[in-house]
Amino acid sequence: MSDIITLAHGSGGKTTGDLIKNIFQKHFNNDILSKNDDAASFMLSGKVAFTTDSFVITPVFFKGGNIGKLAVCGTVNDLAALGATPLYLSCGFILEEGLPVKDLEAIVESMGNTAREAGIKIVTGDTKVVQKNAADKIFINTSGIGIIPDGIDISGYNAVPGDRVIITGTVGDHGCSILLEREKLDIYGDISSDCAPLNRIIGEILSKTTNIHVMRDPTRGGVAATLNEIAQQSKVGIKLFEDRIPVKDEVRGVCELLGMDPLYMANEGKMLVIVPESSVDTVLGVLKNAAYGTDSCVIGEVTYDHKGIVVMNTLAGGNRIVGMPVGDQLPRIC
Amino acid sequence: MDNLFTAFRDPKLAAVLTEKLSMYKGNTINIMEVCGTHTMSISRYGIRSLLPEGINLISGPGCPVCVTPLYFINSAIELLENKDVIIATFGDLMKVPGSHSSLLKEKAKGKDIRIVYSPMDSLKIASNNKDKRVVFLSVGFETTTPIAALTILKAHEEKIDNFSVLSANKTIPNALKILAMDKDVGVHGYLYPGHVSAIIGTKLYEELASQYGIPGVVAGFEPLDILHGILTLVEIINDDSKKVVNEYKRVVSEEGNTEAVRVADKVFSACDSVWRGIGNLPLSGLSIREEFETFDAWKIYNLKPYTAEETPGCKCGEILKGRLKPTDCKLFGKSCIPENPVGACMVSSEGTCAAYYRFREV
Ligand code: SF4
Ligand code: SF4
Repeated sequence: MSDIITLAHGSGGKTTGDLIKNIFQKHFNNDILSKNDDAASFMLSGKVAFTTDSFVITPVFFKGGNIGKLAVCGTVNDLAALGATPLYLSCGFILEEGLPVKDLEAIVESMGNTAREAGIKIVTGDTKVVQKNAADKIFINTSGIGIIPDGIDISGYNAVPGDRVIITGTVGDHGCSILLEREKLDIYGDISSDCAPLNRIIGEILSKTTNIHVMRDPTRGGVAATLNEIAQQSKVGIKLFEDRIPVKDEVRGVCELLGMDPLYMANEGKMLVIVPESSVDTVLGVLKNAAYGTDSCVIGEVTYDHKGIVVMNTLAGGNRIVGMPVGDQLPRIC
Repeated sequence: MDNLFTAFRDPKLAAVLTEKLSMYKGNTINIMEVCGTHTMSISRYGIRSLLPEGINLISGPGCPVCVTPLYFINSAIELLENKDVIIATFGDLMKVPGSHSSLLKEKAKGKDIRIVYSPMDSLKIASNNKDKRVVFLSVGFETTTPIAALTILKAHEEKIDNFSVLSANKTIPNALKILAMDKDVGVHGYLYPGHVSAIIGTKLYEELASQYGIPGVVAGFEPLDILHGILTLVEIINDDSKKVVNEYKRVVSEEGNTEAVRVADKVFSACDSVWRGIGNLPLSGLSIREEFETFDAWKIYNLKPYTAEETPGCKCGEILKGRLKPTDCKLFGKSCIPENPVGACMVSSEGTCAAYYRFREV
């Protein structure tokens, strides 16, 4: 096999077949995929959750993960956010001619590993190769299906005044690591993406209490954007306490330096969980004992006033609105 | 890292300072925070919501992005008509509206515009793109000018000949003098910015205090710095003492950073300069000295700084002088919002209007 991706790999002929066999099937390997049919077939019963997402990140490899791991985690976490047990995943690859095959394999391998960790099967997929410069190395689309157990009703519309807002760990790690990597800013060495599948800890929480109103993973736009969406969907106010929001010192340092706000930075392994006060201890009890949740804490509460708006009680004791982000955060001058 | 931040963000101490401030009952006091970074911190920590009636904070002309004139953006866009030009710029200039477009829109059209974190990065771009010509858009005050100067010196030393600088650098003191003389402005005290002061020192402020009778406090950017600065300023103003207090001694000395001043001086000389919304202020700008004119994009590309009409209705000028608050502008929050800024004050998150909009206090 050639050591870079060529247009022949997308031709549908023998080269494509080799790629599928030597890379995709090798790392994704499961009973449904290996049947090699035109579509995956399986039985489902219960309420289905279905989601899709495309991943186009630069750089493709970053500290803490790569585009493949991200593509699996992103979709798994979207399913988990509804309380669903993730079952099956599809993945579509758009490869740029010239991509080293070993890079593709590294990406596919970590997808396989992450899928196994999450207990989801990659059952169908597609590969296209486009000419040099028509794509940026590799784009991945993943769609996922899961089953929502009976008695669970989690949605962005369900927050009610009095609820508490929990975050499962420090904010801004992913966004910050990508920024450093992309801009080659060698400022702090030890910031890495938090990219992780969260379905298992969410499953554990749900085994202890189904009394969860909202869950959502604060990816693009960060905690700020996600909470704004929830405040608007549920027609409630959300109040945050600045002194409770966990931010790694390194992340805070980079943000101070570049004039960015960790609240607006993407996370790929965190969940916002909004629950009635009575469930807080149960939920935190599970989270704090789980690998991906040790820094979990309550960062705010849902209120009757200022409907649709997120307000932060600042370190200085003042209040300010945490608005929806506008475009990307851009580094400032001074 | 941790101690550095937490020490100046202690909520308990903040509450003590707020309590003291809340007891203020005298005449109305107008405090101008000169610098955009202060404006941002004040908004970010909701400091306005903590002040009693009678203590007003007004935002001065201290954001280099906000006071960058329309024609500067127009000129940068004009440069991009040369196919081999790459523009290197700080991120916050991207959204500033020119007469017909912005750098962000030009980038979307496919123009080669690169965001840099330091002017030095643009030299790297120049070295890596020998067949192109890189122009760095240089705006900023005393804090950013020395680095821009160093970059030019380095380009000179290393004979990087596909690199130039379109400069609109400005200096703060003259702007402050003019504002101090302006009777309409009615500033009772200045809250001086930590970082500009770190470069130029505090001597200039003494002059403003003694000649124009406006006292000041130099303060850092953490919430406690600001609260404490305001408290001190209120006390000084009440005592009618016209002094300058440096509350940022951990960074700012009387002389400032003489080396940085020397470097800036080597490359730049004073010139008249247009401040968006304020107009032309004599000797408040910096142009590249003749000795380094081979790096001066204004000269190389023969660009004409022409005065373009400001956008009708935009009150940026009045806002930068502290005469109006953003909410006094009819466009604020209606046709002028961060997604679609009409004036420069709405562009960067630290612009006065944007800071007001984003952190509308509740
Ligand atoms: S917006 Fe940019 S230029 Fe203006 S004060 Fe803030 S950092 Fe400085
Ligand atoms: S609200 Fe917009 S138009 Fe009005 S002064 Fe501010 S920036 Fe200018």
